[in-house]
Amino acid sequence: MSLLQLENLSVTFGSFRAVDNISYKVEEGEVLGIVGESGSGKSVSSLSIMGLIDFPGKVSADQLTFDGQDLQAMPEKQRRKLTGSDIAMIFQDPMTSLNPCFTVGYQIIEALKTHQGGSKKELKSRAIELLTQVGIPAPESRLDNYPHQLSGGMSQRVMIAMSIACDPRLLIADEPTTALDVTIQAQIIDLLIELQRKKQMGLVLITHDLALVAEVAHRVIVMYAGQIVESGPASEVFSTPRHPYTQALLASLPESASGKARLEALPGVVPGQYDRPLGCLLSPRCPYATDHCRKVEPANQGDLDRQVKCHTPLDREGRPAA
Amino acid sequence: MNQSDSKLILKAEDLKQHYHVKQGLFKPDAVVKAVDGISFNLEKGKTLAVVGESGCGKSTLGRMLTMIETPTSGKLAHLGEDLLTLSADAQAKLRQKIQIIFQNPYGSLNPRKKIGAILEEPLVINTKLSKAERKEKALTIMAKVGLKTEHYDRYPHMFSGGQRQRIAIARGLMLDPNVIVADEPVSALDVSVQAQVLNLMMDLQEEFGLSYVFISHDLSVVEHIADDVMVMYLGKVVEQGTREQLFENPKHPYTLALLSSTPQLSPDKRRVRIKLQGELPSPLNPPSGCAFHGRCSYANDRCKTETPLLRLDDQAEQEQGHMIACHAVEENRIEAIEVGAA
Repeated sequence: MSLLQLENLSVTFGSFRAVDNISYKVEEGEVLGIVGESGSGKSVSSLSIMGLIDFPGKVSADQLTFDGQDLQAMPEKQRRKLTGSDIAMIFQDPMTSLNPCFTVGYQIIEALKTHQGGSKKELKSRAIELLTQVGIPAPESRLDNYPHQLSGGMSQRVMIAMSIACDPRLLIADEPTTALDVTIQAQIIDLLIELQRKKQMGLVLITHDLALVAEVAHRVIVMYAGQIVESGPASEVFSTPRHPYTQALLASLPESASGKARLEALPGVVPGQYDRPLGCLLSPRCPYATDHCRKVEPANQGDLDRQVKCHTPLDREGRPAA
Repeated sequence: MNQSDSKLILKAEDLKQHYHVKQGLFKPDAVVKAVDGISFNLEKGKTLAVVGESGCGKSTLGRMLTMIETPTSGKLAHLGEDLLTLSADAQAKLRQKIQIIFQNPYGSLNPRKKIGAILEEPLVINTKLSKAERKEKALTIMAKVGLKTEHYDRYPHMFSGGQRQRIAIARGLMLDPNVIVADEPVSALDVSVQAQVLNLMMDLQEEFGLSYVFISHDLSVVEHIADDVMVMYLGKVVEQGTREQLFENPKHPYTLALLSSTPQLSPDKRRVRIKLQGELPSPLNPPSGCAFHGRCSYANDRCKTETPLLRLDDQAEQEQGHMIACHAVEENRIEAIEVGAA
């Protein structure tokens, strides 16, 4: 049984579908990378798993289960118990996700108190232990610091400490390193992967950095305008992309151009609320689009392990199938 | 004077920017050395990339080059004319030739002005063109950066991030500059849009013979666009050289660490991860000796006390212009690091 299983999850805000019928699963001890540009629905889909979508947003799914328990059917109270302890999340901007009015220690202990309880002394020593685990030097003195006294990398370490406080089995990291410098990014990613291996957590790593996902993820999901366009093992998706969008994303990276050649930029931008095209959502930007693509939305092809949402998936040479 | 001097557009010599920071009523002011002695030559049509982590002084450098701030000391010459000793009038004239593009296209465009007004403002201030001439000029430049005529009457909020950055680039081009300082021009953009903007910048460089000072923290972008690269750490240059020298034969431990921390798509380009301990030290209280010694695995007692000077790599004649500030490199204490072994 999978740790997390989604089937046809949609999130709508009024008439706008931010997430459009996505299905995936996360196994225990697996790193799943979700990549896509801004506006592709990566964050909204993970917020919906955490139950953090507020009115007027609406979440609907044929199946949304964590470890066999139906997250949609369970009472609100029980779900709240689950999120924060068994399912935890790290947000993008550590500077704004910590509460500036409380000390770091208070914020870590708050999560522990709610989910596990214990005496003040126990909680404090556990908080110190957590800060040590995430590599913060002199954790005792850091407990009394306010977030503004910490650097970006340090705040992100505190966020990670908070999220692993209750030994979660599934950790969702939403752009955990986007706001950080490369050397600090490397430290944080190494820390996350080390914790993930040690605790055999499922880790969902949401990012727009393709190279980062290529380095650490086992499986990858590529999202475009709220839909999953391609999914599969990381090595396969990046070496032989089957969806034109994945191919174009990879080609537009500076790494893939040699010398001072021009990059192969995908024209246009991700469609928003008011300019969603008919048929395949990529069709206005896709170099291979046919009239059929512009009228009919393609179905997912292949089994859950290697899926592609395209009428004419690309072959090994990167050309569309006839 | 040799031949290359005729193509020299911008020459900086030992530029410094020191800020005084109040520590308290009775304490003496502390000095933050945001930029501490930087020299470089920028030739016509070339791109100089400035790389470093946040707080290393790369944006301050950009602000000095555009004369938004006056350097504490040093020399800055544009086509042989010293910018810092000129009269205010003459400075204003030369300022037109050095333009800047800012990082965040959401913050750098006035939301209350139409694109036309934003683009024409530099002309209103600096030239005596008539209204019709200004509009014509704005429309020509808009076409060059891939904006349509109908965008002239729109407001910034009606554009996507990539288009806004095009507007910012167009604004920079209005006064026919020959140097553009681009401060993280693509870091707020998505990859596919980033590629469009980078292509545009390279096209414009070819067309107008522009020179870029490209400030960025993204090494893969820098590797693609730069001719020369300068790596900064805490206000100082630690390594300087051509793109080939920096990326194929990096020497300074900090450059090595930066390169190894950058995620790579293809497994054979990945380097052994050099783990850097800790974070950038506070510029208010910089470490003694080499600023990097606290995070460097090659540091010895000499590094802790003696500040390394930027010196030419003497290993080979062909390494001309490759400058490194490191005792460990000088003493040959660094073993070669293989690529693709990760």
